[in-house]
Amino acid sequence: MLKLVGVTKTLGGQPVLRGVDLVVPQGKLTTIIGRSGEGKSVLLKHMIGLLQPDSGEVWVDNVEISRLRGHALNEVRKRFAMLFQGAALFDSLTVFENVAFPLREKLRLKGADVTTRVEEKLDQVGLAGMGHKFPAELSGGMRKRAGLARALVMQPEIMLFDEPTTGLDPLMAKSIHDLITSMQRKFGFTAVMVSHEIPEIFGISDYVAILKRGKIAAMAEPAEFQRTTDPEIKEFISVGGTLPMASSAKGVL
Amino acid sequence: MNFLEALGRWALFYVAEMGRMLIFVLSAFGWLARPPFRAFQAVKQLHFIGYKSTFVVVLTATFTGMVLALQGYHTLRKFGSEGLLGAAVAVSMIRELGPVLAALMVTARAGSAMTAEIGIMRITEQIDALDTMAVNPLQYLIAPKLIAGLIGVPLLVAIFDVVGIYGGHVVGVELLGVNSGTYWNSIESAVEWKDVYGGILKSISFGLIISWVCCYKGFFTKMSAEGLGNATTEAVVLSSVLILVWDYFLTALLFNL
Ligand SMILES: Nc1ncnc2c1ncn2[C@@H]1O[C@H](COP(=O)(O)OP(=O)(O)O)[C@@H](O)[C@H]1O
Ligand SMILES: [Mg+2]
Repeated sequence: MLKLVGVTKTLGGQPVLRGVDLVVPQGKLTTIIGRSGEGKSVLLKHMIGLLQPDSGEVWVDNVEISRLRGHALNEVRKRFAMLFQGAALFDSLTVFENVAFPLREKLRLKGADVTTRVEEKLDQVGLAGMGHKFPAELSGGMRKRAGLARALVMQPEIMLFDEPTTGLDPLMAKSIHDLITSMQRKFGFTAVMVSHEIPEIFGISDYVAILKRGKIAAMAEPAEFQRTTDPEIKEFISVGGTLPMASSAKGVL
Repeated sequence: MNFLEALGRWALFYVAEMGRMLIFVLSAFGWLARPPFRAFQAVKQLHFIGYKSTFVVVLTATFTGMVLALQGYHTLRKFGSEGLLGAAVAVSMIRELGPVLAALMVTARAGSAMTAEIGIMRITEQIDALDTMAVNPLQYLIAPKLIAGLIGVPLLVAIFDVVGIYGGHVVGVELLGVNSGTYWNSIESAVEWKDVYGGILKSISFGLIISWVCCYKGFFTKMSAEGLGNATTEAVVLSSVLILVWDYFLTALLFNL
């Protein structure tokens, strides 16, 4: 279980997180929504110990990771995989080598084991036959999918996705959503996703959390958001004037 | 009062910065001693720092040797000692110009590229990505570059010295008419083991300075394109200044005892 308690963080003199309390349910897909620059990426980085809170706690099961360092932190990180907002592919490695990297480094796999798993994942994200290319030769959307393959190939216990579909066309976005949900159901990992894809995410997430003014303003199952009376939340989730649930749930699932 | 305050703040900042730099390099060397050993990475970096700098080093060395011979010849002739031209070229090359000029060229060519490469990896979160995969960036990225600097720069300096001495030969012997045998003999009798040893020691320490400073500046780049530009400039300036300052102290230590 992943839990944040009263997490605050000031970056560049600006308070970004002002006391985030969040419990991420085990084995579920929780999506965090919020405006650009609200601190969603910063929040994800706290979960995997890339940023340390100024105050507050980050719990991964019964380990408080915010003050961990070195080997102890690495042990916790081995249970995670993360897709960065900008994909963060290694420029000096091909797409194949990028996806193979965590297999070789974390799991110490070699040879055919690596090739099979990498090619399977590249195929699933629609990058079959692109393994020999370098990240600089790919479009933004392709880089994102390669980053997704690199995260999914590990089959970890906890997955963090920072805007997996931003910059993709609607068809590709749908197939990425399908991939994430089917992988999630198959392997049962705990997933935290940051996304702007409203209303689609209401159809695929188990829980949705809204980050606003540095706090979690609301977190609930998608169906509950439909019944909300809070005008601000209503405005937020009904982008384009349509109520999210009815239109999207069946379309995506 | 204000001036003192500013001075104090400035001094504190630089003391802290020096502390950070020291911790940075010591932890990188610490990670070097732990498996897995990144031999392939080190070879790749050696290829980058060493092999790819060869052309510019050969070019600089040729002209440095040639101009040394030209200047030396006219000075030595005043005292009727043109026969010492080879010695003059070789000793200044091996003791001083080889290590310093080669190191400055490597800073400009490979050092700045190192800072830019690591800085881009910082800005595009590739360094964070390494961290999330439980791969230590100091071990994977920095340590191989330190090793490559320590090995690559001395090799380049050796090339610089040899090419420079041949450059001096071209001008001194073939253009100005110094006897070829005299040129080589004077080198043989004038160059001591201490000169060679001092040159090697200098080039090793310059190699360390280059990779250390350039990696550090890249690793702690501010998260913007402007920050990356500043980091690259600062790395080249600091590395060059440190090379020249350290060169003075090392010379005083090695040759004046
Ligand atoms: N490393 C950093 N240094 C300084 N400020 C940062 C840093 N990372 C993020 N910020 C700031 O924190 C705020 C939240 O950023 P981010 O989490 O990326 O927003 P988003 O919700 O769009 O993902 C922004 O104002 C951003 O400028
Ligand atoms: Mg973001």
